[in-house]
Amino acid sequence: MPQRRHLIASAIIVLLLALVPLAGSRYAVDLTTEVMIYALFALSLNVLIGFTGNISFGHAAYFAIGGYACAILLTTYGWPLALALPAAVVLAGLVAAVVGYFCVRLTQIYFAMLTLAFAMLVWGVAFKWKEVTGGDDGFTGIKMPAMIAHHVGYFYFTLIVVAAGIAALWVICHSAFGLTLVAIRENSQRAGFIGVDTRHMRWAAFTVAGTFGGLAGALFGMYHRGMYIENAFWTESAQVLIMVLLGGIYSFIGPIIGAAVLHLLQTFTNQYTPYWPTVLGLILLVIVMVLPDGLIGLARRVKARRGRS
Amino acid sequence: MTLTMFTLNAFYGLALAMNMFIIASGLNLIFGVLRVINFAHGMFYMFGAYITFTVAKTWGAPFFVGVLAAAVALGLIAFVVERLLLRHLYDKEHLMQLLFTFALVLLMSDAAKMIWGTDQYSVGYPPGMGGAVNLGFVMLPQYQLFLCVVGPLIAVAMWFVVDRTRWGRVVRAATQDREMLASLGVNVPMVYAAVFTIGSALAGVGGALAAPRIALVPGMDATIINECFIIVIIGGLGNMWGSFLGALAFGFVVQFGTVLAPNWQDVLPYVLMLVVLIIRPWGLLGRPETGH
Repeated sequence: MPQRRHLIASAIIVLLLALVPLAGSRYAVDLTTEVMIYALFALSLNVLIGFTGNISFGHAAYFAIGGYACAILLTTYGWPLALALPAAVVLAGLVAAVVGYFCVRLTQIYFAMLTLAFAMLVWGVAFKWKEVTGGDDGFTGIKMPAMIAHHVGYFYFTLIVVAAGIAALWVICHSAFGLTLVAIRENSQRAGFIGVDTRHMRWAAFTVAGTFGGLAGALFGMYHRGMYIENAFWTESAQVLIMVLLGGIYSFIGPIIGAAVLHLLQTFTNQYTPYWPTVLGLILLVIVMVLPDGLIGLARRVKARRGRS
Repeated sequence: MTLTMFTLNAFYGLALAMNMFIIASGLNLIFGVLRVINFAHGMFYMFGAYITFTVAKTWGAPFFVGVLAAAVALGLIAFVVERLLLRHLYDKEHLMQLLFTFALVLLMSDAAKMIWGTDQYSVGYPPGMGGAVNLGFVMLPQYQLFLCVVGPLIAVAMWFVVDRTRWGRVVRAATQDREMLASLGVNVPMVYAAVFTIGSALAGVGGALAAPRIALVPGMDATIINECFIIVIIGGLGNMWGSFLGALAFGFVVQFGTVLAPNWQDVLPYVLMLVVLIIRPWGLLGRPETGH
């Protein structure tokens, strides 16, 4: 269970974040909002990757479903936010449960391919179902409740929702369920021997990941006042995967750090050059060749070396 | 649908299938031996098409010189990439290899933008292949007919090399037990390098041969890589004839989908794949995974 120092550290971080709008910079508020949303998105994926050891290459699907569903319910059907947001999250979770049912029958590369295929199906539907999703023009002009229409209001709303989401994921990942997932990651056969229904557990992890991915997507759509089919494309799934890996998969907060670093880097790079893909490619090469355990892993190694000398 | 229409569509579907098979077979070969899913395969295809454009249109060389140039260039790029970088990753997790190839996609997409810009290009049919063959009730375009010949030729050639030659035996052995093969004195790293080179050259050839059929635009790599995934997954990862079957299914579904359900032709292949996977999780000719 959470140690006192974790709780205090988290409370301080939330408080510090709550102070950001006081600086008076619209830019800082927007950037922080984006980082928080991506942090939740990356964290949701890590339930599958870091904890269960299943690499999903189609996580953008649930992000997009959450985002589109929330946008459509708010705008087309005029639902209040208090209904639309939970409904969108539940829908993303339900779709993840259905997709997951088929995906967890496979493992490793086959699993990754199947998640990718389902995600591309979601992309295809968003692309072609023009009457509902707006097709390749995107779904724009989301009707926002007055309370969170202003960017500062939306910042605090995001802060509360993301903090609650991260807290929930923390509890899930550190519960008996989370530990069982780690057991499956470490040795799925042995976990099976001691009576764990591994397929069932992986299915549950898939559903949890999709649900929270949907929540991040809903926040993202409202923040941008629109959802676009690129948000469901496989490059988006790859990007969030890179966030998770950059931070480090074997640590709870790794993906949060990865999301923050990558998103800030992207924002700054885009100000100077149109060649963000090259920068991202080079980052990825560094991760793959020398930093497989991410920034957190690097920090741990540096710390261990310091302790020795 | 009249007989003429049906024949014409079936024929176009077949030509598309054969073009796709050439590309997908390279991806499949690489996966079969190296166990690496190469996301950059679509990029190699795009480079193949663009190189053909440069050689055949800008420099004015014959079309088939462009095809050859594409094959050689992509083989060379792949060889260098494999020798310098990829070979260090075989012992790491699949995820790392997957991400490595994704890094290649990102770097090459910017490189393509720098070299060719973002304009749309087209490569005309090679001389003597722009016409059609009259069968009485239907006219079949010559270039598509040519594709329908080349595809099966490549399939048979691959089957012959892999199943009937000594080198093919070595390649098949490499998929079974690397260590044992190395201890028998075979230079396994070079086998891997050769397979990656040949597989990538096939993507280059596939792109070069597709160039007269399609518009060359940035982003064409993303579409094709997904379609190749669909094909090899339907057929069964690592199985060459599976890819052939997968390509046929894909070609017909897309071609008839375009005619019968024009708004949904892009989604239909995914539906096809999901149906196959739900019934046979390892593809039509694939075998259940072993503990790799």
